[in-house]
Amino acid sequence: MTDKALSPGNGDDGVALLAVDEFLAWGKEHSLFYLLFATACCGIELMQTGGPRYDLDRLGMIPRATPRQADLMIVAGTITHKMASRAHLLYQQMAEPRWVVSMGSCANSGGPFSKHSYSVLNGIDKLIPIDVYIPGCPPRPEALIDGVMALRHRVKKYRTAGIRDRDPHVVAGGDCEFGSHPGKDS
Amino acid sequence: MTIEAETLDGERMTLSMGPHHPSTHGVLRLIVETDGEVISRAVPDIGYLHRAIEKIGEKLEWAQFVPYTDRVDYVCAMNANLAFCVAAEQLMGSALAPVPRRGECIRVLVAELNRISSHLVAVGVSAMDLGAFTPFLHGLAQRETVNDIFERLCGQRLTYNYITIGGVAFDLHPTAVAEIGTFLDELSREMKRFSQLITVNPIFRDRCAKVATISAAEAIAWGLVGPNLRGSGVDFDLRRDEPYGIYGELDVQVPVGRNYAGRHGALGDSYDRFVVRLLEIQESIRLCRKALELLPPAAAKADDPVGGWQSDASKVLRKPPAGEIYVRTEAPRGEMGYHLVSDGSKMPYRIKIRTGSFAAVGMLEYLCPGLFMADIVTVIGSLDIVLPEVDR
Repeated sequence: MTDKALSPGNGDDGVALLAVDEFLAWGKEHSLFYLLFATACCGIELMQTGGPRYDLDRLGMIPRATPRQADLMIVAGTITHKMASRAHLLYQQMAEPRWVVSMGSCANSGGPFSKHSYSVLNGIDKLIPIDVYIPGCPPRPEALIDGVMALRHRVKKYRTAGIRDRDPHVVAGGDCEFGSHPGKDS
Repeated sequence: MTIEAETLDGERMTLSMGPHHPSTHGVLRLIVETDGEVISRAVPDIGYLHRAIEKIGEKLEWAQFVPYTDRVDYVCAMNANLAFCVAAEQLMGSALAPVPRRGECIRVLVAELNRISSHLVAVGVSAMDLGAFTPFLHGLAQRETVNDIFERLCGQRLTYNYITIGGVAFDLHPTAVAEIGTFLDELSREMKRFSQLITVNPIFRDRCAKVATISAAEAIAWGLVGPNLRGSGVDFDLRRDEPYGIYGELDVQVPVGRNYAGRHGALGDSYDRFVVRLLEIQESIRLCRKALELLPPAAAKADDPVGGWQSDASKVLRKPPAGEIYVRTEAPRGEMGYHLVSDGSKMPYRIKIRTGSFAAVGMLEYLCPGLFMADIVTVIGSLDIVLPEVDR
């Protein structure tokens, strides 16, 4: 019975797989290592959120310098056309399952630079799929933590064998709104 | 078998450091050519955060550009606001009512507070890059208090848009004076602890001393400004030598580099620049206290206490006279100058921003050859490069 339950590919091992999946998701939820990807102003707020007062460490979130060790990419700041290919490369270097939080107006839509600037990408979602959008210029640390908590609910539901929920979550003043997702699944 | 020294001369390796690197303080990319562990060439590649802020300025009205100055240097947004507004006011000349006395005092107060919080990040991050994490947390804890004060003042933690052409946007909130006083007392105590943690730490000192030594002549020739220039022993500070606002009354004391590492170091090394920043924090504490002393009481009428939006400045500023002006102010990373050109219409004809970090990045190519790979982090940290200032 034990051998049968643990052997992969067997149609009867679904129960064991579900339990393991749940356990893995629980682990992922509580250890979202994030990539230190700070390009502009939001990077300072990201730094201060990881700092002594807001302390992202208590959520099991530890900054990682390399994308290969990171589960979560917090796009903090403006993405210019020159930076865009690098941002995409970093996303590709992350291992699945990977999550992306778009922090601040610049990453969401180009923000104050969207209309007149010739060099700014109007939203990182043109490149990579986003899980949570956080508005603000820059967002307060509380907003960032709210976004992270929303992401954690999503991670909790994630199953290795299942289909991933790709509708992005938009943090808006504490309420949860769901918008349509412009990007394609990777 | 003996190995000849020449045969050890191996191939050169080219490394791309950045634009995504935790120690480059943003999106700086360095193309580094190394011979073993020694750098033979380092070429900075900038522009990863070029947001065309100067060009955007030509498409907005004068007063609308102030929020963008926040984003030119977000670590010290108040100083960036101040630099633009001082320049715009001088371009306006006598057409604009002078900034009220209380407004001038508030400007100095917030600019010096932001200088403190900017230097706290600079010294904390450069210590963190060299492996000392605790001072960084102490620095950030103090910076949070400054952010709290600014948030009550103008509603933002990072990008303030507080100093406006003709004054400041809002008067001080009722508890501001007491809050700032308490913070300054606490910071004075905290800076002692901070120095005990890191400044006298022999490991930290040895990693900074004699690294990237810049002589006074070199610093001037490469156009370094601010603490980087003063770290090399050049006694020059725009707040004292070309005062704007009420800085002329404040008797600014300028700390300069004096080979603080003693027999371990040299004048103008990375350690000197680090210590100069710490001393500037002390000086800014003093200037804040003095600005609080000089602060005139709030006007009984709430109509025009501090200039800015409450006054008619923004209306006058719709159309400044044709002409051009270059005004420079002392930001935490040195001279921040605005070259404004007006053709008499309601939008600027050209805005050119001169910042301290740009000169510092240019000097990397000169400083890095001969250093060890691990010293690049020291150099970038000690020059306090902030990338939006470079790319704009």
